[in-house]
Amino acid sequence: MNIKNTENKNRIGLFRSDYVGENTTLCKGCGHNSIANMIISACYEIGIKPEKLVKFSGIGCSSKSPTYFLSRSFGFNGLHGRMPSLATGALFGDTSLKGIGISGDGDTANIGLGQFKHLVRRNVPMVYIVENNGVYGLTKGQFSATAEKGLSLKRQGENFYLPVDIALEALASNASFVARSFAGDPKQVKEILKAAFSHDGIAVIHIISPCVTFNNQENSLHSYSWGKGHEDPLHEVSFVPPREEITIEDFEKGTLREVSLHDGSVILFKKLEKNYDPTNRREAIFMLEEAIKNNWLVTGIIYINPDATNLIQLSNLAELPLNRYPSNKLRPNRRTLIQINKSFK
Amino acid sequence: MPIKVINDFCITIGTVNGSGSATANTIILKSIFKMGIPVSGKNIFPSNIQGLPTWYSIRLNKDGFLGRVESEDILITMNPDSIERDLTYVSKGGVVLFNESIKITSDVGNLVLYPMPVDKILTECDCRPDLRTYLANMVYVGVLARIIGIDLIKINSALDQHFLGKTTAIEPNRKIIKKSYEWAQHNITKQDPFFAESMQTTKNYIMVDGNTAGALGSIYGGMQFMAWYPITPATSMPQTINEYLPKLRKDQETKKNTYVSIQAEDELAAIGMVVGAGWAGLRSVTATSGPGLCLMSEYLGLAYICEVPLVVWDVQRVGPSTGMPTRTSQGDLTFANFLSHGDTDYVILIPGSVQECFEFGWKALDIAEQLQTPVIVLSDLDLGMNQWMTPEFIYPETKVNRGKILWEEDLNKVLKKQKGKWGRYQDIDGDGIPYRTIPGNQHPRAAYFTRGTGHDEFAHYSEDPDVWERMHMRLHKKKMEQAKLIIPYPIRTTEKNTEIGIISYGSSDPAVIEACHLLRQKKKYSNYLRIRALPFTEHVERFLKQHSRVYVIETNRDGQMAQLLRLTYPAYAAQIHSVAHMDGLPLSAKWITRQVLNDEGK
Repeated sequence: MNIKNTENKNRIGLFRSDYVGENTTLCKGCGHNSIANMIISACYEIGIKPEKLVKFSGIGCSSKSPTYFLSRSFGFNGLHGRMPSLATGALFGDTSLKGIGISGDGDTANIGLGQFKHLVRRNVPMVYIVENNGVYGLTKGQFSATAEKGLSLKRQGENFYLPVDIALEALASNASFVARSFAGDPKQVKEILKAAFSHDGIAVIHIISPCVTFNNQENSLHSYSWGKGHEDPLHEVSFVPPREEITIEDFEKGTLREVSLHDGSVILFKKLEKNYDPTNRREAIFMLEEAIKNNWLVTGIIYINPDATNLIQLSNLAELPLNRYPSNKLRPNRRTLIQINKSFK
Repeated sequence: MPIKVINDFCITIGTVNGSGSATANTIILKSIFKMGIPVSGKNIFPSNIQGLPTWYSIRLNKDGFLGRVESEDILITMNPDSIERDLTYVSKGGVVLFNESIKITSDVGNLVLYPMPVDKILTECDCRPDLRTYLANMVYVGVLARIIGIDLIKINSALDQHFLGKTTAIEPNRKIIKKSYEWAQHNITKQDPFFAESMQTTKNYIMVDGNTAGALGSIYGGMQFMAWYPITPATSMPQTINEYLPKLRKDQETKKNTYVSIQAEDELAAIGMVVGAGWAGLRSVTATSGPGLCLMSEYLGLAYICEVPLVVWDVQRVGPSTGMPTRTSQGDLTFANFLSHGDTDYVILIPGSVQECFEFGWKALDIAEQLQTPVIVLSDLDLGMNQWMTPEFIYPETKVNRGKILWEEDLNKVLKKQKGKWGRYQDIDGDGIPYRTIPGNQHPRAAYFTRGTGHDEFAHYSEDPDVWERMHMRLHKKKMEQAKLIIPYPIRTTEKNTEIGIISYGSSDPAVIEACHLLRQKKKYSNYLRIRALPFTEHVERFLKQHSRVYVIETNRDGQMAQLLRLTYPAYAAQIHSVAHMDGLPLSAKWITRQVLNDEGK
């Protein structure tokens, strides 16, 4: 089903090259680059117009990456931990645009934990990716709040604190879409991204993205070797855009769990041995707790509620984008001010 | 009986906060205003919900001087805890109206005392027990009305306005006021000289607070996005915006909103949202006070360097830290001017009256978008939370100005003209103000990446020393020169035979105007320049040049405006004298006059 030939035009007549960005300046082998590539692939394959996306990021290695994809999309690299508020305001300019935010573990779980949780609580319609490597890369290797207890780093010594679980934090704040993946599994990253783009609310994607330079010890949760060995996919995810035929032969009968998204598209969950229901928040929280206990890296779509009302729906705005509203409609007429003056007499 | 004092005295009402005296005090203020007498009201209140002393001062002045005075002629007190201290502020020959249950122990030999039988009147009116504390305040309204001669018809009109015509709310109040008035009529023999007599001076005026004015100004300025976080003394501005938006800014045809308002989780988020919305092409506003401005400073630095238009209202209170949250100050001036790390410039508007709060409300949005930069409006608690009589709001005389925004067709034209080249930060017109595209623009060349890091004309990342300097000098020199063409200019009043210059700004204005009058009586003539915006324009330098001694009068400890003037105009530094005072109260004309005369005597 995937269009492998990059020279082919997609549904809206664009080439894959219409979705690329500038060359990366991150370290060679960085998981973030792989995620950037999957964002390009996902957008190209779904056929989202680049001009219909807006990119946001905070500060850190991860936050540099929005320049490495979608050059034709507007982007704003904000302040450390404060991208959520920036995106919340910006997405009201034209509510037909979809937001995509790239953050890191320091940006989201340390300095930005408050803004992250409020973004989730408001159900701002955007894809929010946390590229988690458990370490501060740009300042050359300090612990972030997602670093596991007992981990030791050169010059830092041992980390004594329990880690923040970003997926659990998102669920606690009533996120309407929570997923986790691993940068070393690009296929799953891409499929989750496609599902997230179709979700009409906040879509938190927690991606373990190992730092090859400062935190890639064999025993670290955020290393490639650990990730490869401890990955426990919940189910295989395949996203079916509404414009393509669903070929049922691709999936084993009786193992499908359909979740309809607002744009009419459908996500299919291929269940593994566990009878996992991604629409059950309680079960999702329980499953994550179990995973923590068992040291599992559970990947896949952990929770989804496609019916949650998002922030923009609450705002009762007209179809015409607010930033294209004619000036003469923004100022109340003269008569109203006469009335107001009168009321203060 | 001494000579009559007509429409030139001050009444202070001492009550316990949370007892509902605000309504009674507003009724008195509004009634006097409706009698056509120039009047001002100042609420001196604690940062507390219930139980602490609170005062409300009402000044009547036939000549229109409405600044704070240092003593009162009439003290009304319902609070036994504060009465002894309050009595020390009553001028000689002054009047004390007090609840007869309060025992006065200090020597009040030179004062006129009118005890009020509050409980008796309430009982006679069959006042509901649960409303007793609240309605007790209406007793002093009625007694005062009788003593100084406030028209009962005007009181009824003020009640009607205050309670929006709701008879069930009006009646109990009206009943107590009438009963108290009649009691005073039969039982008080007037022994004091103070009279309120109708005048015709308030015809084209309204009575309203600065936060309401700023709120309405923003709405008439086409504000589309507001994010805010509650903080005294700014809170009533966003709240008023929220009250009026649905009435004034629904699309007439679709009945949909043309605005968004979000109560953020803190000021860090409020400013983040406003920066985002401003960047995405919405006219965006937030309102806060000093502690909030501290939290906003990093994002304001980013908005400055990324050239994002937005408006921040700082309704100043006393700092640093929590300071005195319910007291007024002009102490954020230098902070606002130098906000954020690194080199920055901010356009600062400083309204000096409630009417100007309205005017600067809409102008700030135009200026922000024209210059593509943050605009800070410095109001304060005195201006923002107190009711002032002010000229009626004037409908904006110019159209909404959105500055240089490029939509798809505009971008095509620019690209054609520029031979296919366009950069977000390119100074095409040579005025330091580039053209901006905004998200949603579907032109494939419209997008750019906005970043607080170093960037060149095409918004590309750059650490090139030349690029950094070039971009900064464009902002600092060219853009700020453009600012000087469109910001509100100072207002100058000129006298004959002047020796001295006086500079002031913001809510210090009423006290300064009166001080100039008092100085004139002492044969000390002055020219007065009221600064209304920063950066300083040529008018300021000219004024400094023309006066060998300039007194800069302001409500803060360090003389912050004087500091900025000395910094900007070192050649005149020696002739700038700072007259600054900070105790949480608005300046008084007497204090200013004393300071200037003292300095002049040296």
